[in-house]
Amino acid sequence: MIREFLQVLETWSSLDTWIVVTSVVASMSCAIPGVFLLVRRQSMLGDTLSHTALPGIALAFLTAIWLRDRGWLDDATYVNSRHLILVTGAMLIGVLASFLTETVQKLGQVEANAALGVVFTSLFAVGLLMVRRFADRIDLDPDCVLYGTIETTVVDTIAGTPIPRAAVINGAVLLLNLLLTVVFFKELRLSAFDAAFATTMGIPPTVMHYTLTAVTAATLVAAFESVGSILVIAMMVGPVATARLLTDGLRSMVVWSLLVAAVAAIVGHVAAITLPGILFRRLGFATVTDASTAGMTAVACGVLFFAAALFGPRYGVMCRLVRRTRLAIQVAGEDILGLLYRGEEARAAKEMEPPFGRVGRLRRFAILWLRWKGEVSRVERTWRLTSVGRHHAELLVRSHRLWETYMAKHFELPDDHLHETAERVEHFIDQDLRVRIAAELAAPSRDPHGREIPTELSKPTTPSAG
Amino acid sequence: MNDGWPDSGQIIRVLALQDYNTRVVLLGTTLLGIAGGFVGVFLLLRRRSLTADVVSHATFPGIALAFLICEALAPGSGKSTPALLSGAFATGILGLICTTLIQRYTRVKEDAAQALVLSVFFGAGVCLFTVIQSIPAGNSAGLGQFIYGKAASMIAADVRLIAWGSLAVAVIFLLLFKELTLISFDEEFAAAQGWPVVLLDLLLLGMVTSVTVIGLQSVGMLLVVALMVIPATAARCWTHNLRSMALISAAIGGWSAILGVLLSALLPRLAAGAVIVLAGTGMFIVSILIGTRSGILARAIHRFRRDRAIARDHLLRAMFEAIEPRCQPSADLGEQLPLHAVRFAELQANRSWSPARLRKLVRRAQRLGLVVEFGDAGIKLTERGADAACRVVRNHRLWEIYLIEFADRSPSRVDRDADDIEHFLGPEIAGRLEKLLTERSSPAFMPPSPHVIPTATVPGAGP
Repeated sequence: MIREFLQVLETWSSLDTWIVVTSVVASMSCAIPGVFLLVRRQSMLGDTLSHTALPGIALAFLTAIWLRDRGWLDDATYVNSRHLILVTGAMLIGVLASFLTETVQKLGQVEANAALGVVFTSLFAVGLLMVRRFADRIDLDPDCVLYGTIETTVVDTIAGTPIPRAAVINGAVLLLNLLLTVVFFKELRLSAFDAAFATTMGIPPTVMHYTLTAVTAATLVAAFESVGSILVIAMMVGPVATARLLTDGLRSMVVWSLLVAAVAAIVGHVAAITLPGILFRRLGFATVTDASTAGMTAVACGVLFFAAALFGPRYGVMCRLVRRTRLAIQVAGEDILGLLYRGEEARAAKEMEPPFGRVGRLRRFAILWLRWKGEVSRVERTWRLTSVGRHHAELLVRSHRLWETYMAKHFELPDDHLHETAERVEHFIDQDLRVRIAAELAAPSRDPHGREIPTELSKPTTPSAG
Repeated sequence: MNDGWPDSGQIIRVLALQDYNTRVVLLGTTLLGIAGGFVGVFLLLRRRSLTADVVSHATFPGIALAFLICEALAPGSGKSTPALLSGAFATGILGLICTTLIQRYTRVKEDAAQALVLSVFFGAGVCLFTVIQSIPAGNSAGLGQFIYGKAASMIAADVRLIAWGSLAVAVIFLLLFKELTLISFDEEFAAAQGWPVVLLDLLLLGMVTSVTVIGLQSVGMLLVVALMVIPATAARCWTHNLRSMALISAAIGGWSAILGVLLSALLPRLAAGAVIVLAGTGMFIVSILIGTRSGILARAIHRFRRDRAIARDHLLRAMFEAIEPRCQPSADLGEQLPLHAVRFAELQANRSWSPARLRKLVRRAQRLGLVVEFGDAGIKLTERGADAACRVVRNHRLWEIYLIEFADRSPSRVDRDADDIEHFLGPEIAGRLEKLLTERSSPAFMPPSPHVIPTATVPGAGP
């Protein structure tokens, strides 16, 4: 399988390189507005804008054709300003869609999502009808807008160079977005997290909202040609959501999003030319060699997000699981120490020892952990505290009984309710807190049940005859 | 050319449903519209309208996968509609599950989770689609119809599937109306009552997915969400009542389907899916304009009536305050008020009314029998007017005193606050305020104003 993979990669041509470059640049340019949409919880606005761009583009084309037919726009300008027309149309309709959504939300008294749903489906339907109606006049294929055809757009190069036109356009958008983000970072951050405060600082939220909408629409449309209208949403949301799982600050989120976007684009193209052939040939479809790069990039966005969700260092599901397990073992181990200590106490007072209880899987792990730390040892088929363990247990029991005393003093709880809370809290009381509680209670020597509170010793004592 | 306007014969043929095809398509699509209208209501109430969008995009890889599996098992069987729709249903549900899992187990919020799932699933679909195009059988697959919808070219078997599916959704909806209402409004209460909330929720999502999947053929993947969102949002403009909202929503959904199918049958170059959606949009616009609950017109009328009532109250209070200093404090105010006349100049000095506006106010009050003209530039309260004026002023002053006593407002501030509320205090609240404040409940009681009323300094004012 790996040999097959490398075989395909050996056919890598300069065209592949340019596809990757274009795709990387497009993904990165989409990721920047995506960050601000995500923190504003407006990611679905990206979806809306990518749908509404269709009527915008169609309208802009019709206007341009009308101008050309009247002789106000000569043919050369018309052909050259194609992208400008697209971007302008999409920006205008994007702002209109945003405005309509707010109007519907206000007038219909419905939530934002429903208003979005009404507006974008209606506008998209209008766009679809226009494109069908004027199909012979508009150089626009809805399928291309939907899927994107990066494989063919890279062939359209700037005269005299091998650089694809799409790469240059998306690169320009990326630079512009970067510039805007750097210059207006403070304003963007403020209006995203505290719109009311931003208003008092003279940053009107509506202006920010509509500017962001317009920039997003422009970015989407610039990337449409290469990746298609639905897949730009993946590039707008995927890397950003992944970054959200990896980092906290807004600044680092921008950086991480750009990074993830680039990785997703590279992985996407490599996977697109290798994986389908390898997979589907095994399933009996011999003619399959590759799949859409744009589609695969979207899938790569999803896979990267999934990986981050599982294995992210701070918020990943696995890491949280590990942390939680470690805490559970620690708590179980400390409970065992407390139990053994109380057993020693009971033996010294010639009372009945507390029962050890059932040894489940968690306790077995906990005992392993305690033995590894040298806090318990096996003596005559029972577990005994070592001197290190006894010191640890003394501190725990001290925390426990101090807390009971503290609760008894400050909360009107019956004596038999004190143990439960102390049992939970004891694991999280450090020396500093113990000192403060002891000072507050005037260094008590016995807890409310009349048991002795062990004293705070800084070092394990020499082994005694336990 | 066939894309001109239809002639009269064509129109009659279509409207009389003479074509078997039109009839069949119309029936199926209407049922679909009704089912979408029903389900959309609960999506709207549960604030999940865009869930339908996620589902519809997530069906794409399912269709392609089902096709590939069918082709791999038995070449040539890939076009079986039930198989394709089953695949669509499966990945649609999977998409929903992914959205839920992302929301629950990561710190990514609903909007981003939806956008992510929607686009990644669609991307997977695009990949599989390009794969299909490169296998020999793929060219005839015609899977593109699921994206934009092709209502006109549906065959009877497709329509039967749509009809039965829609009917099933509608019936389940009606049977579980009470339970779904409960989880939409008070999930905790429903859970406490022992209803299987999660199961009902899943059932609702299953219904959404069903409507989406059976809507793929007629409306298309990209617009099927409109079948659920638009009718429900439009119905919201008409009523507060859930039962009637569901009925209105279903009616709007059904009618937009009928309109869409007929229009696209008349004008062959219009895509049926888009026309159905736009018919719905048309009804939505009408609803938002003239809807009886929150339509623009209904609200404008309401506001107009309220403003007029407020202006009337202001006139009465201004007259009362002008007359009050001239009355005997010992005797009954209500009887004394009609005896004194107020000049326009006095009223204008107190309020920022233009002469034209004041004349208009007075004319309206005259028509209602609240005031009568007296002399060339003055008016008097009638008995009815005196009663109304006493009521308004009493409300105003009771509220002022209440604010001073219980809300610690300073006497110089309460006038404005009471201005806003005086028109809306019913007799019951006024009575309670009175009891609370004075423990006197005589309806004739008129508390003195707690603050200085700016009196007009117009020479010659008097009876």
